[in-house]
Amino acid sequence: MSSKILTFTLNGETIRVVVEPTDMLADVLRDKLNLIGVKKGCGQGECGACTVIMNGDAVTSCIIPALKAEGAVVETIEGIGGPGKYHPLQESFMDLGAIQCGFCTPGMIMSAKALLDKNEQPTREEIREAISGNICRCTGYVKIEKAVSTAAEKIREGK
Amino acid sequence: MLQDYLIPETVEQALSHLQGGKGRARVVAGGTDLLLDLANGKKEAGVLVDLTRIPGLQEITLEDDLIRLGAAVTHNQVAKSKLIQEKASVLARAARSVGSLQIRNTATVVGNVVNAQPAADAAVALVALGAVAEVVSPSGKEYIPVEKLYAGVGKSVLDSTSQIVTRIQFPALLKNQGSAYERLEQRKALALPMLNVAVVVSLADNRFQWARIVMAPVGPGPVRATEAEAILTGADVSLGNIENAAAAARAQANPRSSALRGSREYRLEVLPVLVRRALEAAVVRAGGNC
Ligand SMILES: Cc1cc2nc3c(=O)[nH]c(=O)nc-3n(C[C@H](O)[C@H](O)[C@H](O)COP(=O)(O)OP(=O)(O)OC[C@H]3O[C@@H](n4cnc5c(N)ncnc54)[C@H](O)[C@@H]3O)c2cc1C
Ligand code: FES
Ligand code: FES
Repeated sequence: MSSKILTFTLNGETIRVVVEPTDMLADVLRDKLNLIGVKKGCGQGECGACTVIMNGDAVTSCIIPALKAEGAVVETIEGIGGPGKYHPLQESFMDLGAIQCGFCTPGMIMSAKALLDKNEQPTREEIREAISGNICRCTGYVKIEKAVSTAAEKIREGK
Repeated sequence: MLQDYLIPETVEQALSHLQGGKGRARVVAGGTDLLLDLANGKKEAGVLVDLTRIPGLQEITLEDDLIRLGAAVTHNQVAKSKLIQEKASVLARAARSVGSLQIRNTATVVGNVVNAQPAADAAVALVALGAVAEVVSPSGKEYIPVEKLYAGVGKSVLDSTSQIVTRIQFPALLKNQGSAYERLEQRKALALPMLNVAVVVSLADNRFQWARIVMAPVGPGPVRATEAEAILTGADVSLGNIENAAAAARAQANPRSSALRGSREYRLEVLPVLVRRALEAAVVRAGGNC
């Protein structure tokens, strides 16, 4: 097999990593770059657990060939905030109990962030569209929807 | 087994990569169908040739009343496009119903057509719009109606190891024309259509000049309800004529029972309802009334 060097911007840093043409982006992020916040549920684009933001849009990284990311700007949950300085979405998911087992949470938050980056005042329908590709087996979505709209308020107030 | 992934900058370069692959190199766009097919052995490729960065192919344009979509245009681009919402709303609605937002951000409309699934949402709408594919190969350029691209379930007449669909084009709808899309589904996202219906109508003096009615999955590709179309051609816009057309569409459909998409009996009951609703909505958009 012919390995290649993939160069892309990951969470604000330029990264060069050796990948195989058969590698999917989710596997490179998890196994080669140790970003295990990227979850893998179905591996078929159906559950949204592996959602990352690529060039501004939410995409399911499990069905994106890693080499498609050449030159792209990719964001994962690790890049948006963490202990010490959480993103408003991370804060409101925790504060409002929008997390139970947590497996869907990174993908859910990345889908929500892709929305809020473009639209700080989303309607309920827009929030629902944004997270419609993220399946949660635990929460029932009500608290997730609330957490996203609360985060949007926080972001607007912070300006 | 995949040996290489290439990202050409021009259509010529893409063609020459395909030629160099001698049948082992294959076009990829969003990859949402192809990567899964490669993983489960339904398709084979040694090299993938990614069209999505070729300048010009990301655009939706309107020129001389002809709308053109490049091979890299995604479902989300189409769903959000003001131009498509206004001049081909059936396609905006169809594209909006594909998978999830993540899939719509990645998957292309052209890929939806070439993959040749019978009920591919955008393809069903494009057949109703009378869309034509611009196909480029080493021997030149040709234009093939989307309706003629089907060779069987999941089989296109196109060979994606040597031919490239660069664009799909169709006439923008005029003021006296309207379109509509109806879909039976188990839930509002990430659900394949159990039935989908796309219609385009053209009216004059509250009569149908013509109607195009497309239904799926009730055959190997999107199926034109030609009997229903014939009933409406030249007929008054009336609920009675629309009901007759819906019944004719049902008589022409041949759905199979499927664990995923529902029984033949159930879908035969629902189909005429969808056809009627779509015709009524399209008539209103064309400025007519029943
Ligand atoms: C989770 C999930 C949900 C989905 N839900 C739906 C749904 O609700 N409705 C629906 O209709 N589809 C659905 N799909 C299927 C899929 O997303 C669409 O068919 C998509 O539009 C295919 O486009 P693509 O760009 O990803 O194609 P690719 O996978 O890149 O290509 C598909 C095929 O077409 C060929 N090809 C692509 N572009 C060209 C070209 N320009 N010239 C020549 N050959 C070409 C490729 O070689 C390949 O054989 C879903 C898929 C997933 C993974
Ligand atoms: S793991 Fe990617 S969508 Fe489920
Ligand atoms: S919190 Fe468990 S899947 Fe969503």
